[in-house]
Amino acid sequence: MTLALLVEQILNGVQLGVMLFLTAAGLTLVFGVMGLINLAHGSLFMTGAFVCAWVAGTTGSFWLGLGAGALAAAAAGAVVEMLVLRRLYDRDHLDQVLATFALILVFSEGARWIFGPQPLWLDAPAALSGAVSLPGGAAYPIYRLAIIGAGIGAALLLWALISRTRLGMRIRAGESDREMIGALGVDIRTLYTLVFALGAGLAGFAGAMVGALQSVQVGMGEPVLILAFVVIVIGGIGSVKGAFVGALLVGVVDTMGRVLLPMGFSNFMPPSEASGVGAALASMLIYVLMAGVLVWRPQGLFPAHG
Amino acid sequence: MKTLVAAAVAAVIAAAPAIAETKIGLITTLSGGGSHLGIDTRDAFMLAVEQAGRDDVTVIEKDDARKPDVAKSLADELIQKDKVQVMTGIIFSNLAMAVVPGAVRQGVFYVSPNAGPSALAGKGCHENYFNVAYQNDNLHEAMGAYMKAEGLTAPFILAPNYPAGKDSLTGFKRMFEGDVAGETYTKLGQTDYAAEIAQIRASGADSVFFFLPGGMGIAFMKQYTAAAVDIPVYGPAFSFDEIILGAVGDAAIGVKNSAEWTHDLDVPASKAFVAAFKEKYGRVPTIYAGQGYDTAKLILAALDKADPATDPDGFRAALAAAEFESIRGAFRFGPNHHPIQDIYVREVVAGPDGKPTNKLVGVALKDHQDAYAADCKM
Repeated sequence: MTLALLVEQILNGVQLGVMLFLTAAGLTLVFGVMGLINLAHGSLFMTGAFVCAWVAGTTGSFWLGLGAGALAAAAAGAVVEMLVLRRLYDRDHLDQVLATFALILVFSEGARWIFGPQPLWLDAPAALSGAVSLPGGAAYPIYRLAIIGAGIGAALLLWALISRTRLGMRIRAGESDREMIGALGVDIRTLYTLVFALGAGLAGFAGAMVGALQSVQVGMGEPVLILAFVVIVIGGIGSVKGAFVGALLVGVVDTMGRVLLPMGFSNFMPPSEASGVGAALASMLIYVLMAGVLVWRPQGLFPAHG
Repeated sequence: MKTLVAAAVAAVIAAAPAIAETKIGLITTLSGGGSHLGIDTRDAFMLAVEQAGRDDVTVIEKDDARKPDVAKSLADELIQKDKVQVMTGIIFSNLAMAVVPGAVRQGVFYVSPNAGPSALAGKGCHENYFNVAYQNDNLHEAMGAYMKAEGLTAPFILAPNYPAGKDSLTGFKRMFEGDVAGETYTKLGQTDYAAEIAQIRASGADSVFFFLPGGMGIAFMKQYTAAAVDIPVYGPAFSFDEIILGAVGDAAIGVKNSAEWTHDLDVPASKAFVAAFKEKYGRVPTIYAGQGYDTAKLILAALDKADPATDPDGFRAALAAAEFESIRGAFRFGPNHHPIQDIYVREVVAGPDGKPTNKLVGVALKDHQDAYAADCKM
């Protein structure tokens, strides 16, 4: 494998990682602060993509679509929190899983009803289309570099929000003791709605960004949701820092596994068998990684409640 | 002798109006992922029934939601409760495998408008099972043959890691015969192909052949174009029907794909069908629509000759004779009731309205028969 290809694949892994981080951040925040398992997080990701595709298609501006997608997902998140999830904080996790699974069905059918069963078309903006040359000669799509930049930017903003602002202080307080901050006079209901909307908005932002890479269709959120759960389990449930490290780890391991395993097997197998076996193992690799991390650190890499 | 035959024919024709009502069960995918395939098949099928203007044919429509268990229970209901004599409609091979063997064993005729798994074409063939579309390998084989004839020597081939994906690459290699520059199986449902695209670029391939149905193909094509790789792309028609092209956009322009029918085929029946379909539904028919239309035409033509309820042998012979005006031009079945047909190559071009569409550019295989026909003992 040449250096250029290696660099390109590492960038691919990082890009997948930052996308996963944007989705996982909301999931881990909601779990950390409210103790809620939200299976419908993938639906908010889908909402962002659909609204972005629709607005971009209507107005012709990807940027308007991107903003609208993130805002719509945040608004949908806030509404869902106020109408449904608020009643579930004191229930056990099984009830939460059941209710949020029902939300997946509602969102999927709703999207099909509003936007139709056909996948929507969303193109990357003209300013970000095309490719740049990497050192070593390979070309790399500008849009993917922009995703990496946007993801890292969002991670920095989130970090600043949580560690430098009053809202962040309340979120952290809510993570460690929710009764106590309620007793201290913080409006915990509004705080929860805000946190949920923030997580939903990040997922919607991620969905809108990814929508331009793939097809915007019903059910696009669920595969991402599964990966996001793997990320937060690896990173330590409730920890945003853990989600960042976990997401990059999953992104790079998944990408490199897909490339290196078939290559490795082809040293002692015929190529068509090697690609089959390699691909099968590569799709398991992140779960093996998760199991390994859990054996080593059962609370994840950065446990939130050390 | 001649008069005897003529008398028999006259008797059959005279008997035709007296034929009791025939019920056709149409189970297809009308909701969820892949529903545009089922909707196009259904719409074209109903168009043919409507054009025939027959009131002795009832079509009972059911939505399988692309779930094998749903399809199976719908089929049982149609056979036992509604007593259908003919069934059709299934798009996806895993659903066909759940429904077809059981249905034909119960004496129902099954005429497939799309799914053509190898298991039903070879040893598992059945006298009551007909496939109007193709055996699943055919379009991949055709592309292999075409790319070989084009003088390409080092294709990079990829497909999802599931049975149809493996069949696809096997079918491709059966006709391409030479070595490939690289071969990759991706995860089923994968949406990010950055790693594979980087491999393609680094592999030194002179062409790419891919089979990624549905959303996977849309994602691959968009990312492939964005990555500015200039290796030409080839594939079966499944990722380039007019509805998917709408989602892929200009990224697909220049791609060559193989299909057994295309909407600009120079056959009068085809032109009439395309015009009627556009007029009724306001869109360009996909290959699935074409297959649904031919399926209905075949069934209706056979119904003119024999009633499946009272004369199953006659109906079977009438289906096998396939005397109907196919939009593919000449149409005939091989011994395993799968078509022997020409397979064409189309190129994606910008249409008159600026939207990408398919244009016929050549023939990949003439009178092609599937590789499993010899294993079929009926």
